[in-house]
Amino acid sequence: MKHVMLSATILTVGLLGSAAGPMAQGGSVTGTVKFSGTPPANPKVDMSDEAACKGKYPTDPVITVTGGNLQNVLVYVKSGLPAGPKVTAPTTPVVVDQEGCLYHPRTLAVMAGQPLEIRNSDPVLHNIKVVAKKNRGFNISQPAKGMKTTRTFTAQEIAIPVACNVHGWMHANLNVFAHPFFAVTGADGSFTLKGLPAGTYEVEAWHEKLGTQTMSVAVPATGSAAATFTFKAGS
Amino acid sequence: MTDRVRAGLRTSCERGRWVPERALVRQWRELDDGAAPAHYSAGRDPPAREPDLRPLCILAFVVVFGVLAVPVAPAQEGAANARGKELYDKWCAECHGETGAGDGAAATHMLPRPRDFTRAVFQIRTTASGELATDDDLRRIIDEGMPGTAMPGWRGRLNAADRDAVIAYLKTFSTFFEGATPQPITLGRAPRGTAEGIAEGRAVFEKLECFKCHGELGRGDGQSAPTLTDDWDQPIHAADLSESWNFNGGSTVQQIYTRLRTGLDGTPMPSFSDAIDANVITDEQLWRVARYVRSLSPEEPPRPRDVIRAAVVARLPAGPEDSAWAMVEPAYVPLVGQIVVKPRWFGPAVTAVWVQALHDGQTLALRLTWHDRSSSPDPAWDEWLGRMRDAMSDGDAPVAAEQGPDRLHVQFPVRWSDDVERPYFLGGSARRPVSLWRWSSDGDMLQEGTSTGLGRFTPAAAGNATHSARYDRGEWALQVSRPLVPADSAAAIPFMPGRAIPIAFFAADGSNGEDDVRGAVSAWYAVYLDVPAPPRVYVAPVVAVLVSAGLGLLVVREAQKQAGRLNRREG
Ligand code: HEC
Ligand code: HEC
Repeated sequence: MKHVMLSATILTVGLLGSAAGPMAQGGSVTGTVKFSGTPPANPKVDMSDEAACKGKYPTDPVITVTGGNLQNVLVYVKSGLPAGPKVTAPTTPVVVDQEGCLYHPRTLAVMAGQPLEIRNSDPVLHNIKVVAKKNRGFNISQPAKGMKTTRTFTAQEIAIPVACNVHGWMHANLNVFAHPFFAVTGADGSFTLKGLPAGTYEVEAWHEKLGTQTMSVAVPATGSAAATFTFKAGS
Repeated sequence: MTDRVRAGLRTSCERGRWVPERALVRQWRELDDGAAPAHYSAGRDPPAREPDLRPLCILAFVVVFGVLAVPVAPAQEGAANARGKELYDKWCAECHGETGAGDGAAATHMLPRPRDFTRAVFQIRTTASGELATDDDLRRIIDEGMPGTAMPGWRGRLNAADRDAVIAYLKTFSTFFEGATPQPITLGRAPRGTAEGIAEGRAVFEKLECFKCHGELGRGDGQSAPTLTDDWDQPIHAADLSESWNFNGGSTVQQIYTRLRTGLDGTPMPSFSDAIDANVITDEQLWRVARYVRSLSPEEPPRPRDVIRAAVVARLPAGPEDSAWAMVEPAYVPLVGQIVVKPRWFGPAVTAVWVQALHDGQTLALRLTWHDRSSSPDPAWDEWLGRMRDAMSDGDAPVAAEQGPDRLHVQFPVRWSDDVERPYFLGGSARRPVSLWRWSSDGDMLQEGTSTGLGRFTPAAAGNATHSARYDRGEWALQVSRPLVPADSAAAIPFMPGRAIPIAFFAADGSNGEDDVRGAVSAWYAVYLDVPAPPRVYVAPVVAVLVSAGLGLLVVREAQKQAGRLNRREG
């Protein structure tokens, strides 16, 4: 975590028009999270004791880099938001699936009040234990394939551990926000934070293993500010 | 220290759980050379109650910290809940910490650790997973305590008003309680139980994969058991479902069912309510699981008896799996962590040894069974050992980095007559050694010898005992057989029918970081060899055995002497 090098470039691209989002109007931050250098090998997982999952995933994809782009990075506005009317949480759930005895995706972000839908696509028992400090954690089980459970959270909290105790290698992290300005990078490493009022914000990129990077981003009233975060493996 | 120890003993005694206390009194009598607390020496029969191991833990911190002798600070008058704070600081803070963070002075000497109240996560609730405990839930747990852990029950020490004042104070450690009124879930009533019901309960237990953590026979040895940690990253055992008297939340079917619905928050034990909502199982089926779980333990919690009886049989069982043992009622011998001799051990894995004994007039056979989650060393438990090292090395020498074997020691006095004091219960002393059978899973070895204290063992030149051991899904079974009259009776005690001979036990689980000092110990018990009946028919053979053994020795000695003479003549 401490060895992450910050090499961020900021450029402001004016007047691109604002994308539709939680707030139809306003500016946005778009960008990519990059990984420079050769990513370290991911830890091996031994699923040989679990017939249903055996051999599907030989490693735990903690660090996933495709074409230099880093997946599963949480990007969010850390500070600078003006006090304003509360945004109501979206009702569309964020979905996490348990498949092949891994979580997909492994970095989850919801707004307080927004449903998190937990699915089990494996024909085995998973328990889902959430150990939170500002929210109420829980420990529930899904002993059958196809089960779905929905939960909501109340308070902003970053990096809440989610784990299955039946399969000790299964880990995800959950992030809860009081505002809608957050995103998780997909395989292309891209993200967009939409509907921001004009202003200067501290934007943070957080990766479960590689740590955090923050930068200050000036967002125009309409249009998009670009931000690129680059992570590097520790020495 | 003596007074504090007594104060601690008295405290735990008043809670009415007598078993380990009796053991303790014996232990301390020997340690202390003083008398036991008055109401023991009166010779009254202790009340028969559910046994548990908590008093020793209490004693542990009494010994270490003198907790219970802390004077009470005078109450602040008029303050909002001065009474609650006063009581909390007096009775709870040494474990749970002054700020409720679970970090009291005694905390690192117990596993599970005292609860951290700042997160308001409670195991024993009637509310859904993730919800707060109701006041009634907290009342119950504070009154009853948590069997199988260091959390004592306070009924009888805190009256209802005081207990409620403590609860009100305890809730101020977390903001989650502000303005909250936790609601219990609706629990139906138990469907009527039948024998088929239990079989169905077992099938559902398998369908829900409880065995992944608890093991096929429920002994806490499931495949993921070695990986389990609680919410504070401390190692936690999957409960041994065949020891329902150690369940944290009580052992009735209703209580077990409630735990299955709510889960034990803060631990890996999940709630299974969602499986009912999703129609994976019915509510009735979950009741059947609870009933099946309950059926894994004896109906009544076992009670130790001072004397283990060895009946006379014509033919001794050939090994621990011989069906002849099924006829012999096992005697329950509870074990507690060895917390007297350094390095002390506050995290014992073996809770009890079950002892069966038979003799045929010539040989005594003991069958010992005990639950142990692994046949050590077992690489699956390496990670567990690392966590135990981190959790339990405080104060004393660090826990070994490598897994040792599993061990079971049986101890007798070297010599015994009724009017002599028993040797020190922890492996004897230099003045009064004990004779020891040391079984180890490393190469399945049984060594005989003498011991002058824990870990101070001198093997005998030759052994008399034979043994056979097997490990099966979380349980060791060991049969040891020894002639009533040993070849060298200066080093080993003869077993005489009609006499009660002191016997004590020590068990260690290698993958839990235990060795020949860190482990679980029993107090002295006695094994009584039945006199073969009718006396006229059987005493004679026994005497004959003794005589012939004695003659045998003479014959051997004579032969040796002659051989020596021959050798000298020829040399
Ligand atoms: C000897 C140490 C000790 C003392 C003294 C003690 N506790 Fe505990 N307590 C524990 C331990 C250990 C646990 C956790 C057991 C577990 O996690 O299984 C616990 C757990 C609890 C819990 C959590 C119950 C649950 O459902 O999770 C409550 C509430 C509690 N204690 C209240 C108290 C109160 C109130 C007092 C004082 C009147 C007190 N304790 C004194 C050791 C202690
Ligand atoms: C992910 C592992 C896991 C699974 C799966 C699991 N348990 Fe548990 N269970 C535990 C652990 C760990 C404990 C011990 C908690 C403690 O010591 O406080 C426990 C405790 C218990 C207890 C003791 C409750 C008490 O009051 O102390 C019972 C009964 C129990 N489990 C039954 C079951 C049954 C029945 C199932 C399946 C329907 C099941 N468990 C599934 C891990 C698990």
